[in-house]
Amino acid sequence: MSTIKLTVNGRAVSVDVEDRTLLVHLLRENLNLTGTHIGCDTSQCGACVVHVDGRAVKSCTMLAGQAAGSNVTTIEGLAKGDELHPMQAAFRDNHGLQCGYCTPGMIMSAVDIVHRHGGKLDEETVRHELEGNICRCTGYHNIVKAVLDAASRMKVAQAAE
Amino acid sequence: MGVEGIGASVVRKEDRRFITGQGRYVDDIKMVGMSYAHFIRSPHAHAKVKGIDSAEAMKMPGVIAVLTGQQIVDDKVGNLICGWAITSKDGSPMKMGAWPAMAPETVRFVGQAVAVVIAETKNQAKDAAEAVVVNYEELPAVPDIKAALKAGAPQLHPEAPGNVVYDWHLGDEAAVKDAFSKAANVVTLELTNNRLVPNAMEPRAAIAHYDQAEEHYTLYTTSQNPHVARLVLSAFYNIAPEHKLRVIAPDVGGGFGSKIYIYPEEMVALWASKKVNRPVKWTGDRSEAFLTDAHGRDHVSKAEMAFDKDNKIVGLRVKTHANFGAYMSLFSSAVPTYLYATLLSGQYVIPAIYAEVMGVYTNTTPVDAYRGAGRPEASYLLERMMETAARQLKVDPAELRKKNFITTFPYQTPVIMAYDIGDFHASIDAAMKAIDYAGFPARKAKAKGEGKLRGIGVSCYIEACGIAPSKAVGSLGAGVGLWESAEIRVNPVGTIEVLTGSHSHGQGHETTFCQIIAERLGVPVSQVSIVHGDTDKVQFGMGTYGSRSIAVGGTAIVKAMEKVEAKAKKIAAHALEASESDIVIENGEFKVTGTDKSIALPMVALAAYTAHNLPDGMEPGLKETAFYDPTNFTFPAGAYICELEVDPGTGKTSFVNFVAADDFGRLINPMIVEGQVHGGLAQGIGQALLEGVVYDGTGQLVTASFMDYTMPRADDLPSFQLSHTPTLCPGNPLGVKGCGEAGAIGASAAVINAITDAIGNNKLEMPATPDRVWHAIHG
Amino acid sequence: MYETTYHRASSVDDAVALFGKGTEAKFLAGGQTLLPVMKQRLAAPSDVIDLSKVKELIGIEPTGDGIVVRAATTHYDVATSNVVQKAIPALAHLASLIGDPAVRHRGTIGGSLANNDPAADYPAAVLALGATIKTNKRTIAADDFFKGLFATALEDGEIITAVSFPVQAKAGYAKFPNPASRFALTGVFVARTPAGDVRVAATGASQSGVMRVGPIEAALKANWSAGAIDGVTIPSAGLLADIHGSAAYRANLIKVMAQRAVITAG
Repeated sequence: MSTIKLTVNGRAVSVDVEDRTLLVHLLRENLNLTGTHIGCDTSQCGACVVHVDGRAVKSCTMLAGQAAGSNVTTIEGLAKGDELHPMQAAFRDNHGLQCGYCTPGMIMSAVDIVHRHGGKLDEETVRHELEGNICRCTGYHNIVKAVLDAASRMKVAQAAE
Repeated sequence: MGVEGIGASVVRKEDRRFITGQGRYVDDIKMVGMSYAHFIRSPHAHAKVKGIDSAEAMKMPGVIAVLTGQQIVDDKVGNLICGWAITSKDGSPMKMGAWPAMAPETVRFVGQAVAVVIAETKNQAKDAAEAVVVNYEELPAVPDIKAALKAGAPQLHPEAPGNVVYDWHLGDEAAVKDAFSKAANVVTLELTNNRLVPNAMEPRAAIAHYDQAEEHYTLYTTSQNPHVARLVLSAFYNIAPEHKLRVIAPDVGGGFGSKIYIYPEEMVALWASKKVNRPVKWTGDRSEAFLTDAHGRDHVSKAEMAFDKDNKIVGLRVKTHANFGAYMSLFSSAVPTYLYATLLSGQYVIPAIYAEVMGVYTNTTPVDAYRGAGRPEASYLLERMMETAARQLKVDPAELRKKNFITTFPYQTPVIMAYDIGDFHASIDAAMKAIDYAGFPARKAKAKGEGKLRGIGVSCYIEACGIAPSKAVGSLGAGVGLWESAEIRVNPVGTIEVLTGSHSHGQGHETTFCQIIAERLGVPVSQVSIVHGDTDKVQFGMGTYGSRSIAVGGTAIVKAMEKVEAKAKKIAAHALEASESDIVIENGEFKVTGTDKSIALPMVALAAYTAHNLPDGMEPGLKETAFYDPTNFTFPAGAYICELEVDPGTGKTSFVNFVAADDFGRLINPMIVEGQVHGGLAQGIGQALLEGVVYDGTGQLVTASFMDYTMPRADDLPSFQLSHTPTLCPGNPLGVKGCGEAGAIGASAAVINAITDAIGNNKLEMPATPDRVWHAIHG
Repeated sequence: MYETTYHRASSVDDAVALFGKGTEAKFLAGGQTLLPVMKQRLAAPSDVIDLSKVKELIGIEPTGDGIVVRAATTHYDVATSNVVQKAIPALAHLASLIGDPAVRHRGTIGGSLANNDPAADYPAAVLALGATIKTNKRTIAADDFFKGLFATALEDGEIITAVSFPVQAKAGYAKFPNPASRFALTGVFVARTPAGDVRVAATGASQSGVMRVGPIEAALKANWSAGAIDGVTIPSAGLLADIHGSAAYRANLIKVMAQRAVITAG
């Protein structure tokens, strides 16, 4: 057992867990942040993607101990109060989700994609960059649309700031 | 249409919780005192269980119990059932072996549970499971149909000699023989419809809670049909009588058929929760999903089609072997029979059809309905046949189809189905225009100059959705009725709750169903909420599968609304001192036609509940229920055309364009309908190019994770070009047909037809992986 | 996953000392391979020693005639490094093809090489470019480092600290991914030295892991062009065969990917 101290969605937390605990389990079981999901056991589906120190990572493939001292953002920490993040809004407006299970990881990955590529996104790049997130419902058509839509919304938002 | 009524692409009401991480799936739920289950599963495809020693495991930290298959048999928990009785050609009933929830004596597929460990934590349960010693005596296994049917093959169940479950047929054998004897041309085709793993992104899960004082169980489960689950758990598995069992299916992360069934894990969790007197949670991991979720498809077929000298089809003969796996799953028997052979007429006039289907046991995971269920297999067979025939007859594949289309409705096929309406020419014409079919030869020539092999493939599908009516399916062997129910509660302040027996696990019912109410009453969808997925709340329901929710569940809502409106009009007329027949409903108000007199819905509702001034003899309240049993299936149909390029160096396929023209009748929410089509197309394309279950010769699952089973990813798929050519369904008041399965039914043949066109070689099976395509080109 | 004890090393020396104390310790870099294996209960280290925060193991520097990539540098940092993109763009391209974005944010070059998965991308670059692997104990030439499936010249407790890549006259990488896992079904890295020697390495194809491809090296040495490979025959013997590709298919992919790598190399 170890005591893990980290910041999650802007809040400092301290949790006692077995050393074998994965970050995703710490989030779900200890912090009750159940928006981060588990869809596979081979680090491929991306339902568990969160941001650690600003980078998208698979929280099922990171020990909780590895995240000690880090700043973690989960899907629950993306909106500013009632104001949705542009990526969340774009997923809703473009019907980029159906069952919702892959959605949190998909949105966290998509935000990371836009952060890395800025406005230089096209359909092919988005499809390639979503390689690590599996969706079984949407056929990706509307997810791709949503990411492109959000990229332009985020550009506008950035310009306005 | 109002802004939020029928035909409006209203953004989904349910989305906010999903995009903010507030969805509530089974594994998100915790209960006080909850314990965790981990199953011990057979590593062998076929073996005798000689003994289970749990002494060491019981000493390990946190272990509460180790329970075995023998104990569940001793406690008289029922064996799993198959809900549709099929009768063989010779009149004998289908032959089924017993399927206990955990195997006491014999395991028949890799992954079958033999025992379960219940512990304080999931890790402790897993740690202890390794200390349980199971003594197996391995038996020879049959991993596929061919091995199962071989003379002297190992036998799975003594009840089913030769590993044959049934040998069934449909159609007129003599008429087909006669047609073939007079044919100008006969086209033959042998093909395999590859086995698939549904892989809904949320793995199955269950939490069972037993309340000792009340002798009452609660089950949270990943179900597409919680009422059916409760019915089966009560009536057949002896868990508890229905009034002592509440089944809740909260947010469910996709189903595609795989969450219709009541699996051993839910049964064991319920049984164990009483045994240990603690809530028991089981959450499957993806590896367990691969081994234990019902697989789909897995047919091997031989087909022959006869044409006259004018290239009109005169007969079709099909012989299919269907692999059921090691046990007969809940609806498995119906899939290759009444959901398959009945669709073998496709969109065509085929005067004589004869189909034979043999169902076979193998030492593999049980197979059942997966998105489309039988209809994709029929459509794939027919549409590859049409393409093969066109090439053999040296005519354009689209023209051959058009020549044989059914054009007058209603149309009675020789295989039970009576198509109510359709316009197949409209669909194919729209698709051909969208893809510029006429310009294809020039594009193919240009691609050739760039070293690429370009192909085009057409697929014209028809399917039957909203399986019904109950009386008819009952006469064909179904164990349940296939109606749906709805209850409309208009609350005293005028808000509306719709309780439906349909279950949404991605389909968007929480929005679409509200739109039906919004259309009728002229109220915003925000004033309406949909309640589903809880047997304590909803009256009863048959759940969501087979693209039935809008046609059957939606119509039940309309029927209940008609009753609500009739009563509300009486109340309004009484209040306004007008004649009931003069009342019209507009923008949430009850108006006296031709006057400025009106009363708003909340006032009508309040009047119903205060009951101070109701018409004489009227009961208070404004709540109505309807149970709706359809008179026929609905028949969505459409045309898909795929244009793609094959890289001859690697065999890799790249999409150039994929167009779809569908007829789903009236669209309630076009945005949601198109989302359903996208997802279906992805699964159909996945089957064609990427997905396929592989077992080795000993029955070990080779494609047991996403490392080896190829899930469609964003960069495997194109953006789709959709259009709609609706004919309104005459069988229901909404004019709707189903849309959930169409893409999965029609897409795979379009893709394979395009590849075989590109490479000029018809010897190609699904999935058409780069390796297979390269070998098809180069030998 | 079995219970284990997690240690975060502060330096290479600290890591070595921690390793010595464990009964069956394992080094953990990005964890993108080790953790999935541990999750499947296929590995049960008593201790995992996290190298990913060891400062001396992170970073990329140019040297006189090449670049040094320190071992705990992530794939993402290699793919997006100006230094790498300028000196050996093929290496940056290769790193951009590993796994997926989230995996590239965690996975490291040292972890990939120490694991030596037969379908991993980095071994092809290291072998074809003639890189040198530096450890806390010694320097190992690429030709001496890879010892077959999941086997390397590393000794127990030895830590890769950096990889030194020489800049070659030409370099290119082409990968045909396994459709399911996205590892290399076959990936080929081609390089021509300033002296005109050619080194070609294929990953994903051979039953014994990353390998040099002699016949293609000879053809390219005679004539550095994609067309020069047309006449080469790659024998199927010794190549992997599985549900994703037969040995003959992989033999073909070695040729085709080599040709495409030559084209990207220019």
